[in-house]
Amino acid sequence: MEKFRYALYTGCTARESTPELLKSTLAIADKLGIELVLLDEASCCGASHLQDYDDMLSLVLNARNICYAEKLGLTMVTICNTCQLNTAMTKHRLDTNPELKAKVNEKLAEVGLEYKGTSEVTHFLYAIIQDYGLENLSKKVSVPLSKFNIAPFYGCHNIRPSELQNLSNGGENPYNPTSLDDLIIACGGNNVDYDAKNKCCGFHAELQSPRTAAVLTGNALSGAIDANADWMVTPCPLCHLKLDVQHHSASKAIGREVKLPVLHMPQMVGLALGCTPAELGLQHHVTKVNFV
Amino acid sequence: MDEIKSQQVTFKLFRFNQETDYLPYYNTYVLDITHEEVILDVLNRIKWDHDGSLSYRRSCRHGICGICSIKVNGKAILACKSRLFDLIEVFGTELTIEPLSTKRALKDLIIDKEDFWNKHEQVTPFLVSDIDENPTLETLVVPHDAEKLLEADYCIQCGACHYSCPALEINDRFIGPAAFAAAFRFAADVRDDASLERLHVVNEEAEGVWDCVKCMECAEACPKDVNPIEKITKLHNMIFQAGIAKDNVATRHAVGFAHSIQKHGLLDEGELVRYSEGNIGVLKHMPEAFEMWKNGKIVMPWNMPKSKNLDEVKKLMKSSSTVKF
Repeated sequence: MEKFRYALYTGCTARESTPELLKSTLAIADKLGIELVLLDEASCCGASHLQDYDDMLSLVLNARNICYAEKLGLTMVTICNTCQLNTAMTKHRLDTNPELKAKVNEKLAEVGLEYKGTSEVTHFLYAIIQDYGLENLSKKVSVPLSKFNIAPFYGCHNIRPSELQNLSNGGENPYNPTSLDDLIIACGGNNVDYDAKNKCCGFHAELQSPRTAAVLTGNALSGAIDANADWMVTPCPLCHLKLDVQHHSASKAIGREVKLPVLHMPQMVGLALGCTPAELGLQHHVTKVNFV
Repeated sequence: MDEIKSQQVTFKLFRFNQETDYLPYYNTYVLDITHEEVILDVLNRIKWDHDGSLSYRRSCRHGICGICSIKVNGKAILACKSRLFDLIEVFGTELTIEPLSTKRALKDLIIDKEDFWNKHEQVTPFLVSDIDENPTLETLVVPHDAEKLLEADYCIQCGACHYSCPALEINDRFIGPAAFAAAFRFAADVRDDASLERLHVVNEEAEGVWDCVKCMECAEACPKDVNPIEKITKLHNMIFQAGIAKDNVATRHAVGFAHSIQKHGLLDEGELVRYSEGNIGVLKHMPEAFEMWKNGKIVMPWNMPKSKNLDEVKKLMKSSSTVKF
């Protein structure tokens, strides 16, 4: 089988509040024989908030990150939906606007870099599905997740806006996404259907609009619980922080106790591949993963 | 000529009459549809062949009046523009037709859009300019200036984005994507004299742009590619550029990213919350922070990871920054 090699843009969260995401990503890459080269030079993507403050600055910083993947001649994979959105958005804007690209490159030249547009940017979820292939993944499953009802939570920035995602990411329909469902099935699990699976978790408004954010988290968790899910899985560490850590405020906001273990996408794959809980960092979860 | 393809589709149709019904209900119709039909054709067929009491709004039939917007399987669409075969491709052959907002339904697919128009009114959605009533010359707008509107004037006020916005669903004071796009459309117009007033309106806490959850639903829902979230981001930028950003949790949250990146390349998550909330405000996050710390999810300041080649980031921060707070 072809050996896959990518430049991994970890983002900030995987190096701080969700160490289990980086750990499990590296663990499954190892099991699947995928080589991930860490982009240690990369800076924060701005998380759509630096973009509100200073558009030019965020373009330059994101372009710089992509430059390092280009230097390696590799596709950049992301493990955070918001990193994916901001990086892909930067790429799209620079690739379609030569004037803007020249302006950004003028800045990058000061540090000896040039953005060319030669590296693709895709979320690890889609790299697994499109490059590695779900059939090949199924063949490697040693512990099928058949006893679990698993609720996929897609996270906005991997699926919307579809115009951008069609170019660089999975290209699935945001009103009826299937990638995470397909991945659950490939891992032998039972995918659970519920209305909130492609909705917002509220993360980006958590500080400035806490009630809105908490209700959205509550809606997502209660939807999964009502659909009889044993746990949730998400490709986004920001959604994970909201769903795993904030169940108290979510429960309070919607007037109902909502608490459900939430796994990162690579943790779910890791369980199916026979990784140990420690290899996947399951001990880091605030809502305890009590089923393994 | 292409062969006419047909297919059987089950339609679940939302029914409700505010004057006589306590709860809404759904009628089911199984129809053979052909590949050139749009949703409006189906509504017409149901009304004309099955139930004349079905109510919905329709007018131009050319995707420009914006009156026929409804939802199919949760996706906001213009009934006159959405081909059934495209919808079947996404959702299969069971389609649920509902009004844009079920809670605002008056009769079947007709909703009360008063909240939508009120939000529009809030942002003064017209050109405010002191121009001579009998000008001798046109007020020129050169192409470069016209481009600054970024398609914001393509909005047909159909409400698709407004009724797809989850922030608005929860917080009814939030102005919402359609009115924000309108605010941008006039604030970005070189002829307009009320830009600053409009920016003040969208700068308010709870109502303004700061409460956007960045879900991108508005960009997805818009049938005219207005991309409201892009305009919301522009309004954020304009607020900072105009120097009217207030010193509050929302603005500090945006600016805090720049401070962190300057120092570490990466975001210092704990410091961002402290900086945004202030030394006292941050205390309310302590219970969660403690839970996170217990589970190894908090990186202490002295262990904060840094980007390799941080000097490059620092240099770029200095040379590429375009605003000050």
